[in-house]
Amino acid sequence: MSTQEVADIHVNRDDIRSRMGMWLFLFSELLLFGGLFFMYSVYRFTHQQDFSIASKEMNIFLGTLNTVILLTSSLSMALSIVAMQKGKRGLSIFYQIVTILFGLSFMVNKVIEWSHEFNAGNFPGSEVLLSRPPGQILYFGLYYSMVGLHGLHVLVGMSIIGFMTVFTIRKKITKDNYVKLEAAGLYWHLVDIIWIFLYPLFYLIT
Amino acid sequence: MEEIKLRDNHTHSYGIYVLVWLALIVLTGLTAAIAGISFGKLSIVVAILIAVVKSYLVLTEFMHLKSEKRTFKAFIFVALFFILISLTLLFSDYSFYVR
Repeated sequence: MSTQEVADIHVNRDDIRSRMGMWLFLFSELLLFGGLFFMYSVYRFTHQQDFSIASKEMNIFLGTLNTVILLTSSLSMALSIVAMQKGKRGLSIFYQIVTILFGLSFMVNKVIEWSHEFNAGNFPGSEVLLSRPPGQILYFGLYYSMVGLHGLHVLVGMSIIGFMTVFTIRKKITKDNYVKLEAAGLYWHLVDIIWIFLYPLFYLIT
Repeated sequence: MEEIKLRDNHTHSYGIYVLVWLALIVLTGLTAAIAGISFGKLSIVVAILIAVVKSYLVLTEFMHLKSEKRTFKAFIFVALFFILISLTLLFSDYSFYVR
């Protein structure tokens, strides 16, 4: 047995179980959003007409643009891991920053959308909203809580990737040890999957 | 040698991810286009089906499930199965709800 092998064996590290831990955390996220999706499906079932009318006020262009932005950010996140596997640290850092910038533009679009709604008086608890039929109040309540919680996840994801970029620069994440970056990627992709469902459910009700 | 087995990392290539991304963008366009056409009650089913296909692509390719151990796949199957059970129970009740 060479000295290198001895040194390797004594490294207390297990990437498979690290990723498994991350997946277990993602399941708790799945339950968090799952409950909200259940609530959505029941209220949509009982207030079909109102949901359809209220969703007509959504900006489909911005919603679709945000879907494309988030999908592209998932691509750049995946590419940053490939770059790291190939030992291209600079390229990996570049893709991580691109991912953060996509997340930022997603949030900018959200601010544009929400400020438009707020200016029209359509915010939770407002008199304009409360004077609407119950189904529409429920639609906007669900819209603000679900999309809002998702937006919070985008912000958290951006800061996690930001930490990963710092780790990469400080060589804490390397070609042979990038499980942290993978875990951050898993989180980012889950946030993407949640949006994949939010998009048709809130923007595209016929 | 054990250490190498424990890491079990797979190297991926750039190309496949770009292809998956293209497929996801096309499916997004399809979702938006279909929303313009009225399929009546089927619209929501089609939209959800496309979302499921997109999620499958993200899970298997971007989240590396394809090259992950069977245990991971079993975990995800169980998690999704319980969500399906909850949804079935929920609507076995609510489908009889008459306004």
